[in-house]
Amino acid sequence: MNARYMVSLVTVIVLFLIAWAGTALGLQVLFGIIIPYAALLLFIVGFIYRVMNWSRSAVPFRIPTTGGQHKSLPWFTHAQFDCPATKWQVVVRMALEILTFRSLFRNTRMKLKEGGRLSYQLEIFLWVGALAFHYAFLAVLIRHLRFFTEPVPFFVQLIENIDSFFRVEIIYPVFKFGIPGVFVSGIVLLLAVAYLFLRRIFTPQVRYISLASDYFPLFLIFGIALTGILMRYITKIDVTSAKALTMGLVTFRPTIPEGVGTIFYIHLFFVSVLLAYFPFSKLMHLGGIFLSPTRNLTTDTRTKRHVNPWNYPVPVHTYEEYEDEFRDKMIEVGLPVEKMPEPEPVKEDAPAKDETPAEEEEKE
Amino acid sequence: MAEELPKPEELIQIQHHSPKTDWISTPTNIRKGMYCYASNPKSVEYVGLPNAREWNPMEEDWKLPENWQEIIHQGFKERLERFRSFKVFMDICVRCGACADKCHYFIGTGDPKNMPVLRAELLRSVYRNDFTRAGRILGKLNGARPMSLDVLKEWWYYLFQCSECRRCSVFCPYGIDTAEITIMGRELLNLIGLNIDWIATPVANCYRTGNHLGIQPHAFIDMLDFFVDDIEEVTGVRVEPQFNKKGADILFITPSGDVFADPGTYTCMGYMMLFHYLQEKYGFDITWSTYASEGGNFGFFTSHETMKRLNSKMYAEAKRLGVKWILGGECGHMWRVINQYMDTMNGPADFLEEPVSPITGTKFENAKSTKMVHITEFTADLIKHGKLDLDPSRNDHLKVTYHDSCNTSRGMGIFDEPRYVIQNVCNHFYEMPANTIRENTFCCGSGAGLNAGEDMELRLTGGLPRANAVKYVHEKHGVNMLACICAIDRAALPPLMDYWVPEVNVTGVHELVANALNLAGQNDRTIDLRHEDLPGIEGESEEEADE
Amino acid sequence: MGKGLKRLIEDKKNQIIKTWFDASVQTYAPDTAEFLKGQKDPFANPVGNTTINGLTFLLDQLLKDFDRKTLATYLDPIIRIRAVQNFTPSQATEFIISLKQVLRNTLKKELQEIQLAHELSAFESKIDQLCLLAFDIYMECREKIYEIGANETRNRIFRAFERAGLVADTAVYQPKVEKTRT
Repeated sequence: MNARYMVSLVTVIVLFLIAWAGTALGLQVLFGIIIPYAALLLFIVGFIYRVMNWSRSAVPFRIPTTGGQHKSLPWFTHAQFDCPATKWQVVVRMALEILTFRSLFRNTRMKLKEGGRLSYQLEIFLWVGALAFHYAFLAVLIRHLRFFTEPVPFFVQLIENIDSFFRVEIIYPVFKFGIPGVFVSGIVLLLAVAYLFLRRIFTPQVRYISLASDYFPLFLIFGIALTGILMRYITKIDVTSAKALTMGLVTFRPTIPEGVGTIFYIHLFFVSVLLAYFPFSKLMHLGGIFLSPTRNLTTDTRTKRHVNPWNYPVPVHTYEEYEDEFRDKMIEVGLPVEKMPEPEPVKEDAPAKDETPAEEEEKE
Repeated sequence: MAEELPKPEELIQIQHHSPKTDWISTPTNIRKGMYCYASNPKSVEYVGLPNAREWNPMEEDWKLPENWQEIIHQGFKERLERFRSFKVFMDICVRCGACADKCHYFIGTGDPKNMPVLRAELLRSVYRNDFTRAGRILGKLNGARPMSLDVLKEWWYYLFQCSECRRCSVFCPYGIDTAEITIMGRELLNLIGLNIDWIATPVANCYRTGNHLGIQPHAFIDMLDFFVDDIEEVTGVRVEPQFNKKGADILFITPSGDVFADPGTYTCMGYMMLFHYLQEKYGFDITWSTYASEGGNFGFFTSHETMKRLNSKMYAEAKRLGVKWILGGECGHMWRVINQYMDTMNGPADFLEEPVSPITGTKFENAKSTKMVHITEFTADLIKHGKLDLDPSRNDHLKVTYHDSCNTSRGMGIFDEPRYVIQNVCNHFYEMPANTIRENTFCCGSGAGLNAGEDMELRLTGGLPRANAVKYVHEKHGVNMLACICAIDRAALPPLMDYWVPEVNVTGVHELVANALNLAGQNDRTIDLRHEDLPGIEGESEEEADE
Repeated sequence: MGKGLKRLIEDKKNQIIKTWFDASVQTYAPDTAEFLKGQKDPFANPVGNTTINGLTFLLDQLLKDFDRKTLATYLDPIIRIRAVQNFTPSQATEFIISLKQVLRNTLKKELQEIQLAHELSAFESKIDQLCLLAFDIYMECREKIYEIGANETRNRIFRAFERAGLVADTAVYQPKVEKTRT
């Protein structure tokens, strides 16, 4: 099983070496312009293709998982967001799912142990880790808009301010750390990725089910976060020229400015690989969650008819066939029948031909 | 000196069966007690499903069609196009492991391949190989493998160890539903004739006679006639059920298990008493049908098409009889089919009226389109409006807990109605722990057609989490009765209780209702429907009030 | 049993139980074993919790007199589970024998003393007795399983028909019923 993560790790190292060697060989144009453009194109086209591909498949039945009391009689409290009956309730259910990972949270339960001490089960870390990871990633992503916009929009500034709220500054005459302000999101991202990886390694159940494609994105994102943090705090790069490059990319006037360090190209290459890899991998859960039929449909299936686009007629066993087979036995126990047997005229209850079956079935 | 003794593990050499290998390369060992017998060719043939022949899963040769791989591949492809659920679920799993320990079969058997994620990976591995480029290139490393006979046998073994209970889908952050994957997998297996007999024969029976047991109309009537006598013996009142009656207001359909198998039979008597009460008091006009005498639908465990074929009888019969709407008895998967499939498959039921209770005038808005009402909705409404004369003290010897059936829970959301009914007809009701009820409920271990006799170990291990929770309330509160609204539960829970908590019996909700229900002209009711003496009710009874 | 060994075991009870439990769940797949050890909720993990509770009680009881009935109460739930799982009879009961090894390993140093070694062999024969008891329970459970399987049809379908007086008829016009349900 080691092979699964070793292969992923080695792949990321090889990617690192490629970017490093490429920059050393002076292939800045390739790594700074061509690959990022190609990767972005692949990402956009691939993502759209995948989502379109899913939407092309039909939704023949409405099969939401009902996670709470359905809407029925007025005196029963309807669990609106666990068993949504209207579109808006579905929107809330989906929002809770996407923004707070509600189902994952169900994994964890608070429990009162003896002595009344509140204790959480271990699984809560999966929820916390996943939330930390995704939100940190989002914050980092928004912050990076700074490199692609001029002037920098207010919300980017806002996120940056919030993000660097916990400013860590250690300034001694000999040792300076924390300038510019430390962004919490980067650190959290790194830690969360590390946690998600270690969990895969150390929880036997999860290790058992993990594939190479589960480890690879983790290593890659770890690489991205690490190079980013290095650039910002340790081997500082020339931010102005980096921004010149990225602005060149978005304005379709690509340039390769002087003085952008190798590490920047490695960072950019990792990001490019992630973008290119995205549509072909499980990372597509980003798009897929919106299309999950057990979550995004209303549960009012008995109130409103759902139409199956490919519904086709099937052979059925009709009542007539049924009666033909069992007519005699049915008559014997006094069951009303549609057709009385023809050959011999019916003896006693001839009037009960079909339309007016006897009020009570007096048998025998 | 202690050192010189031979070590215990030298004395007994025991083979640990821990698979140290990757799951993908761990071979499947089909084990007695865990699998169900292969389908009877006659049953398969009767409904015209493919590859009817005698076969035995324990034999090497499964007598598959020459081009079975081609059939599976094509079938897979078709279903990816037809079902977005299938396609999305094949693609978006991130293997976070949240579902891993949520499956009752995993908890009970400890077999890693019973983790929902791995059950799905059995199909996904083939999907990756057949339908994605990355999968084909990276192969095993990325969890892809070509279809082979071994893989097929693994599919068969583990897809018939899933009861389609959907518990995993509650915990999945993307709502991936293993039931959906199992349903697709079983459809594929059916394309090459790999069903189990416990499903195939009920399907054929239901198609022909209208019920799973193959009971013909006269036997059906005989059975209900007998219940009429039995009810008279217990209550002194003679009820008069109506059959195949044209022009009745309402058609009643319940699983045939209620008619033919204990303890469902007592629930059936419960329905009959309730209908009689309503008929006498309010002129309630309801009919049974022998043609549509099965609510349950084992077609659901075969394929969407088979499900549709069997289900068609409900609307067809309602139309033929000219009723206003349909009332459905206590059943699990029957209600998942009615709630999420019936209207789409066999609707629109525009020949029926929007259901209104003829007694309380309540409009069942939530069944406006399907026109079928669940009996606990119906009864809860009666109780709420004070229409029933109830004496809950006749259930005082019972300490009741309620088992939420998987399908009515996670495929319908009916939680409060049965509880409301139970609490109005019983004085002692106790809930099991929160993580084992409602949407978190544990399966009886025998759902989705797995309640055969030959897979008893599977059923007992799969039912362990449920039994364990029952045991807890039994020990804590003295619970002695487990209520449910599912015919498979009523069939599967008694043996489960017999093994794990023998002191607990199983009942349907309407058996409890009937025992509490006061009928006009009844005797002093010293026994319950099971003919057991009711403690505390002294009867100077005149035995029975012979008519 | 002498005071010596008893006190030693009581002192290290937690450690002994833990090792014994670990040894007991080794019969499962590694990832399953981890789950059984890790999940503390008794309802999410009945197997693990029943096992650990049972073992704790069994050790307590072994330190007292050997009372078959009491021991059986706590041995039963563990064996009952293992009897339906994928185990051979020896696999289902071996966890009891493994207590011997657990004791020897945990009390390695202390057992050098000759007096204690004698006490130990007395204690070990209790473990042997317990193991035999486990076999009895195991067989009872297996018989119960067969009985349930064999009687299920009879108890449910047949009895209902029989009560209705339909049995003879059924055999004549509906052979399918019997066939289906066996």
